[in-house]
Amino acid sequence: MSRSLTTKAGRGGLRLIALSWLAALCVAAAAPGFAKEAAPLAEDEAVEQRMVAISEELRCLVCQNESLAGSRAELAYDLRREIREKISQGKSDKEILDFMVDRYGDFVRYRPPLKSTTLLLWFGPFLLLAAGVTGLLFYLRRRGKRVVAANLSAEEQKQAEALLKLGEGANGS
Amino acid sequence: MMRYLLPLGAFAVLVVFLAIGLNLDPREVPSPLINKPAPAFELPQLHKPEAKFSPKDMQGKVWLLNVWASWCVSCREEHPVLVDLSKTGLVPIYGLNYKDPREDALKWLARFGDPYVLSIADAEGRIGIDYGVYGVPETYLIDKAGVIRFKQIGPVTDAVLEKTIKPLIAELNK
Repeated sequence: MSRSLTTKAGRGGLRLIALSWLAALCVAAAAPGFAKEAAPLAEDEAVEQRMVAISEELRCLVCQNESLAGSRAELAYDLRREIREKISQGKSDKEILDFMVDRYGDFVRYRPPLKSTTLLLWFGPFLLLAAGVTGLLFYLRRRGKRVVAANLSAEEQKQAEALLKLGEGANGS
Repeated sequence: MMRYLLPLGAFAVLVVFLAIGLNLDPREVPSPLINKPAPAFELPQLHKPEAKFSPKDMQGKVWLLNVWASWCVSCREEHPVLVDLSKTGLVPIYGLNYKDPREDALKWLARFGDPYVLSIADAEGRIGIDYGVYGVPETYLIDKAGVIRFKQIGPVTDAVLEKTIKPLIAELNK
């Protein structure tokens, strides 16, 4: 199922973009008078830094493995704009995070809050670890019993030594 | 015997988990807005920009709010389903035209048919954010008290319509 908000540039598209950039660079190099410094992303650097810090905590719902800070999806642009505005309005980080969770659920947070529905998420790995350790302990204990039980009789001991000697000879050391 | 049964059992558990995981759609994020009042807004209508629409106008009615856009491919797939539904007169469908140039939206409706009682224009996508829209199309079923009772993420299909939406409408209209 293809969702319309996702954007994918095909290989041909990328090449075209690269070529047009190259062309643009050539033009810029030929006419340095027109070259301009890149416009700052936002007027206020402090707002921008806080926006990035907050949006790094948030998942972009369009490209779910990207943070809101890193995503180029259109919705991410809109949500970053929303966060910028909320910062300018003097909202706290918590208020902004709550705003997002109210609309998109706990899933938008990379560090979801601890509550009854997220217990398994938070403690599941430790449960698995405990199960693994218990299994290992059981195994080691059973193995320990088996090794102790294997006492050699005098004759078997002799046989084993003879075999070991034979082995040394074969190694030629 | 245990030597073979244990790994086999562990493998079976793994297979069950993987099968469940494969059948879940990670794109479908449960909305926290279910059973919450539909967020209020007042937006210009698509056809008559001078007239406004607000969910308050729908108090006392069960209705569908369908988020759509002319640039949205899945919307076109969904569109015939909505057109058919609108003909049955079962439920009024209102469209939220999401981040769409007005001319494009009007052209799209003229070409594919207009199932909406009216559409509202959310040019900047702000109301979409209030409704937790993250992929168009999305559809909300809102009850008489203005509470969101169901959200369809992605196109409304005949199956969803028959199995979930229609029974729910019947129940809410009681």
